[in-house]
Amino acid sequence: MIGTLLRIGFINIRRDRVVQALTFLLPIMFFSIFATVFGNQRNVSERITVAVADEEKSEYSKKLVKALAAEGALKIQTTTERDGSGAELTRDTAEALIKGGTYSVAIVLPKGFSEGRNVFQPDPATPKIQLLSDVSDPIAPQMVLGLLQKVSFTAAPDMLATDGMGMLERYGGTLTPQQKESMATWQKLLADQTASGGDAASAGGFAGVPVEQINVMQPGGDSRPTISFYAAGIGVMFLLFSCSGAGGAMLDEEESGTLGRLIGSRAGMTGVLAGKWLFLAIMGVIQLTVMFVWGAVMFGLPLWSHLPGFFTMTIFTACAAAAFGLLLATISRSRAQLSGLSTIIILAMSAVGGSMFPRFLMTEGMQKMGLVTFNAWALDGYIKVFWREAPIIDLWPQLLVLAGLCVVFLTGARFFARRWETL
Amino acid sequence: MSSLPLRVDGAGKSFGKVQALAGASFEVRPGELLGLLGPNGAGKTTVIKAIAGRLQLDAGTIAVFGRVLTPRDPRPDIGLVPQELAVYPLLTARENLEVFGSLYGVSKADLGKRVSWALEWSDLKDRANEPTRRFSGGMRRRLNIACSLLHEPKLVLLDEPTVGVDPQSRERIYEMLSALRQLGVSIVLTTHHLEEAEQRCDRIVIIDHGRIVAAGTLAELLRSSLGNARAVEVRLASPWPAHAAVPAQWRVSDDGRLVKTEITNLGQELPAMMATIGGAGVEVSDLTLRGSTLHDAFIALTGRELRE
Repeated sequence: MIGTLLRIGFINIRRDRVVQALTFLLPIMFFSIFATVFGNQRNVSERITVAVADEEKSEYSKKLVKALAAEGALKIQTTTERDGSGAELTRDTAEALIKGGTYSVAIVLPKGFSEGRNVFQPDPATPKIQLLSDVSDPIAPQMVLGLLQKVSFTAAPDMLATDGMGMLERYGGTLTPQQKESMATWQKLLADQTASGGDAASAGGFAGVPVEQINVMQPGGDSRPTISFYAAGIGVMFLLFSCSGAGGAMLDEEESGTLGRLIGSRAGMTGVLAGKWLFLAIMGVIQLTVMFVWGAVMFGLPLWSHLPGFFTMTIFTACAAAAFGLLLATISRSRAQLSGLSTIIILAMSAVGGSMFPRFLMTEGMQKMGLVTFNAWALDGYIKVFWREAPIIDLWPQLLVLAGLCVVFLTGARFFARRWETL
Repeated sequence: MSSLPLRVDGAGKSFGKVQALAGASFEVRPGELLGLLGPNGAGKTTVIKAIAGRLQLDAGTIAVFGRVLTPRDPRPDIGLVPQELAVYPLLTARENLEVFGSLYGVSKADLGKRVSWALEWSDLKDRANEPTRRFSGGMRRRLNIACSLLHEPKLVLLDEPTVGVDPQSRERIYEMLSALRQLGVSIVLTTHHLEEAEQRCDRIVIIDHGRIVAAGTLAELLRSSLGNARAVEVRLASPWPAHAAVPAQWRVSDDGRLVKTEITNLGQELPAMMATIGGAGVEVSDLTLRGSTLHDAFIALTGRELRE
């Protein structure tokens, strides 16, 4: 008896491709995606690009930049263009690059900062080194800060020694001429060592240079926009699920015969699809709005100050998601097939596209790969609105892609819907 | 002829290697109820779909009230009642009627009146505001038909409208169709209930293997297919003996106690039959003689082989 039941089970699974895919393919696919995402996350071979604006141009600042450039974990960008061309960076242009999402961290060496560099007794009146960062990347700024502290000691050990001697003379009494001569010899040795490109890191370390960390995206250190990322990420993923589920109503209607009635009416197939698409799009807008309003009420998500951008993104996202849902429904031959297909495609798109794990924490290759997904473009748009405070006009790449996807999905749905029409 | 509600001429349609229609031709006359009968897979639903514009014919034409139609042409004169219960279960009867009425072009001004008529006509007035998922099969069947009639079609196509309903609902459905005919509507229905077709239809068309194998009134059909044949059933007191030969036209039941055949000349063939039975040494315990029915004609025309 048990054998017979097993036989029934195996025959069913052997003949059901969707179940096979869900059982074997989906777990392997997800394992591969997450292994790629987390396994290669910020690995040692990937360098963080840091924009550096040297506004002082002193001997010390140049040494600092040189030492930063020598760090294997960093790639220094001192001009406005990636290829090294363009104007030298200033604080403003560096900040603009962060806000624009080009880099996630920048170091500004302001005029006069080196005068207060004394690590033993920093002068609070002199300008501090500024570390501009985008909170959307919580890892890079911390790495850069640590390396900055390191090179502040190792970049100019001779100057550091001079500072130390000054402190010793100030609080310990004047050095003898012999001591001063010996110190001068040591300082020269240190200067020669760093000038010849010796291992700065081996020169030792003391305390730290004063660095002011500035989150340029949220100057007040506000974490609420982070909530908007998760609202968008989760919202878009579930929007895709609900659109494909609701699009599947067409399959129910096909089975019950109501679809035949609808197609036979004045609406025709194109009218039916247009009506369904509009309904799904409206439902999508409502669904995302409810999600963000909940975020605003419960978690202080800054929705009210970003309403135009939010609605622009939400309308385009919902329209494209609705078209996607219809495409899946028209491709599928049954509810079960739709369910399997949508689970595989939407979960994969959400993983790669950043709904489950932020794309900016993925490797550059994974980030580029994510751009083939619907989620990535939608989320990039929401990030621009809520994090980068971008004006609506700056959303054009995302809106263009979403509108293009919408047209492609609808065209595909119309094509596949021909099977329900005249045979 | 141009004013005929429907004329199907040489309809041909293949699905891959399967020929669903092979030159089917028939017509529907004004105000008549035409029964379209045939075994499963004979081409009934295919021809109904073609008439309704849901299917592109490979060959032949379909003319409705004299106008030859392509699948793309609008068909405001036709009301198609699908075999499936094509109503929304979460909508009430009234809401279903309203949405389908609107989709089929009933103006807002007329919609209320038409919905009231449909509820009255289908005997669903008392349940008008209930979701249809609570309805019985018969009620949903009636609503299914009503949803197709809101735009006042002059030709109604019903694909097995009484399948799966109890005799009372079936009776009610035929009363509804009679009321429609009084309004001058012509009706084509497909059914496997032959006795219904026999009793209700003005004319009958039998389709098999995509071809029309017979068409006419019941009397014409019986005459053309069976002549004046009558069915004879003879029940035997003991089983038909194995050594005795069975005449070619006779059918003997498995237990050997029932002999069936058709005879056309009662005076000559019946005594000869009794003599053959007596000659085999078997006594007759009962004899039934009846005129041919549509069922007999259907079997005679389409054969006894299973089609699926």
